[in-house]
Amino acid sequence: MIAYLGRRLIQSLLILLGVSLITFALLYLLPADPVRQIAGRSATPQTVENIRQQLGLDQPFAVQYWRYLVKLISGDLGRSYIQRSEVTELIVSRLPASLLLMVGAILCELLLGLSMGLIAAVRRGTATDQTLMVASFVGVSAPQFVVGLLLLYVFAVRLGWFPIGGYGTWRHLVLPSLTMGILGAGWYARMMRSSMIDVLRQDYVRTARAKGLARRAIIFRHALPNAILPVIAMIGIDIGIFMGGIVVVESVFGWPGIGQLAWQAIQRVDIPIIMGVTLVSAFAIVLGNLLADIIAPFIDPRIKLR
Amino acid sequence: MKKFLTSTVAASALALMLGMTSVRAEEAVDPNAKQGGAITITYKDDVATLDPAIGYDWQNWSMIKSLFDGLMDYEPGTTNLKPDLAESYEISPDGKTFTFKLRHGVKFHNGREMTADDVKYSLDRVTNPKTQSPGAGFFGSIKGYDDVAAGKAESLSGVTVVDPYTVKFELTRPDATFLHVMAINFSHVVPKEEVEKYGADFGKHPVGTGAFKLTEWTLGQRIVFERNPDYWHKGLPHLDKITFEIGQEPIVALLRLQKGEIDVPGDGIPPAKFQEVMADPEQKARVVEGGQLHTGYVTMNTTMAPFDNVKVRQAVNMAINKARIIQIINGRAVPANQPLPPSMPGYDKEYKGYPYDVAKAKALLAEAGHPDGFDTQLFAMNTDPNPRIAQAIQQDLAAIGIKAGIQSLAQANVIAAGGDKAGAPMIWSGGMAWIADFPDPSNFYGPILGCAGAVPGGWNWSWYCNKDLDAKAAEADSVVDPAKAGERNKMWSAIYDKVMEDAPWAPVFNEQRFTMKSARMGGADNLYVDPVHIPINYDNVYVKDVQ
Repeated sequence: MIAYLGRRLIQSLLILLGVSLITFALLYLLPADPVRQIAGRSATPQTVENIRQQLGLDQPFAVQYWRYLVKLISGDLGRSYIQRSEVTELIVSRLPASLLLMVGAILCELLLGLSMGLIAAVRRGTATDQTLMVASFVGVSAPQFVVGLLLLYVFAVRLGWFPIGGYGTWRHLVLPSLTMGILGAGWYARMMRSSMIDVLRQDYVRTARAKGLARRAIIFRHALPNAILPVIAMIGIDIGIFMGGIVVVESVFGWPGIGQLAWQAIQRVDIPIIMGVTLVSAFAIVLGNLLADIIAPFIDPRIKLR
Repeated sequence: MKKFLTSTVAASALALMLGMTSVRAEEAVDPNAKQGGAITITYKDDVATLDPAIGYDWQNWSMIKSLFDGLMDYEPGTTNLKPDLAESYEISPDGKTFTFKLRHGVKFHNGREMTADDVKYSLDRVTNPKTQSPGAGFFGSIKGYDDVAAGKAESLSGVTVVDPYTVKFELTRPDATFLHVMAINFSHVVPKEEVEKYGADFGKHPVGTGAFKLTEWTLGQRIVFERNPDYWHKGLPHLDKITFEIGQEPIVALLRLQKGEIDVPGDGIPPAKFQEVMADPEQKARVVEGGQLHTGYVTMNTTMAPFDNVKVRQAVNMAINKARIIQIINGRAVPANQPLPPSMPGYDKEYKGYPYDVAKAKALLAEAGHPDGFDTQLFAMNTDPNPRIAQAIQQDLAAIGIKAGIQSLAQANVIAAGGDKAGAPMIWSGGMAWIADFPDPSNFYGPILGCAGAVPGGWNWSWYCNKDLDAKAAEADSVVDPAKAGERNKMWSAIYDKVMEDAPWAPVFNEQRFTMKSARMGGADNLYVDPVHIPINYDNVYVKDVQ
């Protein structure tokens, strides 16, 4: 177990190093000059060169990357080119909002997805099953931008049940969580359905049924706990999909998380922020996968860590 | 506006005769304005910084103006210069020395009185390369600038503190734009002790002399300004509080405005909703339309064949159907025939420009040796409506045989291509077009049409360099005497007419501004389309529903 953990940690660090190198290289190769962005259109060539020197952007790639890594190890992500604030401060101030949205989204997708999958599996082959599966398909394929705007329009503008975007109370959280959750719910519904069908075919379920147990008891007491575990283990892997989604959803709902920060930074070629958010997201994904793999054998003893 | 301008000029001329001093009476405050109340403004993007030496985008430009003051400013809603922190100023006959008398009793938000030392400190700071100010170059005419910019000196030798309320500027050349330069944000006055206290984070903790002070900044969520009770201009500002809510998509902001939750959507009316808003009389009544110091244009790289031939460039000018392009943006612009926008002094009303004439354009192309046209590339920014405008231009060019492939790229990439001599044959400027830093005709020349801008990484994307015109521009800018402003504007008109003869650009349109506000907002319409305050002039507007 310890050896496994050690190996996985080293792997994770290497992945993060790789991500940082690739992102840094891509941003370096970008045919847009960040110094020009900072200096603005009225800057004289002298001002531009001054800024380039001060930011160390006149150095070769290897030197720039090395300097970035050295600072990174001490937890310094640099200063934003446009906002001129510490990137760490910008990310830390926005992380709680993103984490809150993540919790909301996970609750939504589990609640929606698991119940849809459960019903579909129990009613397998009926019109209910087919309707739910089509719905899950739509959920998986609908662009989040469209879903978000639709939900906003119907529930906030027309019905007035929720605020039109923003951040602060639980009511603000509902629509963005739902928008994020609908995508995941589609996946979970399909996984839950097949997992449940699988369990319902098992011998012990047949035995329970032969004993004359009530259908409700069989489903909820015997089948569900077994079917749900492998599905729950997927949450860790979900974080990757989630990190992609927040960029869109946070922008639509004006949610002050790191997705919105990333989107603004990309538009303004604010390289230190793009690097920072990419690294934080990569870290979250690696961590999520690691946790999912560590937890898996506890949930399903058939899986062994090696 | 024109009338206004001449009267100011006449007043200054009179003042000049009476000992070279321009004194002004205390300006009036709107008698209908009510005191108090709070408004909410929304923005999509984070506010970058509120440091006047650094902030240089539409969002923070106007916010900084409400937190800080400069020696000069503009009369609200106009492009007319007036003294601000200065009480009066004096220009020497050779146009190379400007002496400003400061107001007494002006206090920074921290309570300390502002003096001439602060003016000098602020200019030393903005020109110091360590500050990384994008505006340092505006101060190039001050004596000693080169040494400070090169890091050889810490202080501008041309700025002298005569006494605590008098500051003198010596210039290396007569500079007619200098009073405008003293009005731009980069020259706003900052207190040394606060700058030193916060260092690089001063932009997050701004302390100035302005009408409002910053009381809250929650990153990514909101910024709150509250009324500065000690503001030197009695009776201003009218509002007690302004809340800027950040992270709101323009479309969401419009919905919230319709529900009465906010007062002004800072990013404007989203293009997709524009017609719907304007079709509703109740909403339309709350939209204020005004001119803007903006021109949208197509640049043609004059160093690249076949655009090195003036006839080809003139043909392109005649091929573009401007009226149709304006339809694409729902009529939110007026057709342009010269670089300067109509609201800019120096705009040539007599100049007719190139007509839309496909037959003549074809004939010109044939004369230039391209009877069957040629293949080229048109670069454009990739956000709506620019790709659609680029397509319209593409179709217009196809009608005279020019086959232009569209390169639709991110803003930074188009800017990079334009600054590369071999980068882009043609660029549609939309989304990156020149908007004046200050309302003076010279501001549309140097960086975008002059030789100084035709350098790698520059903004003169047509790489047009006419040394003769550069000399004429320098000559025009040495006419410092405000009494000769009309003459100077004529000189500039002639320069732009000559530019159009060489046709490095095809000017397409001048964007109009449309500011939408809530029903409770009051104040003259021109405060909502103020040429130097976008979206609105925060210091002078008020709300009608305060008790």
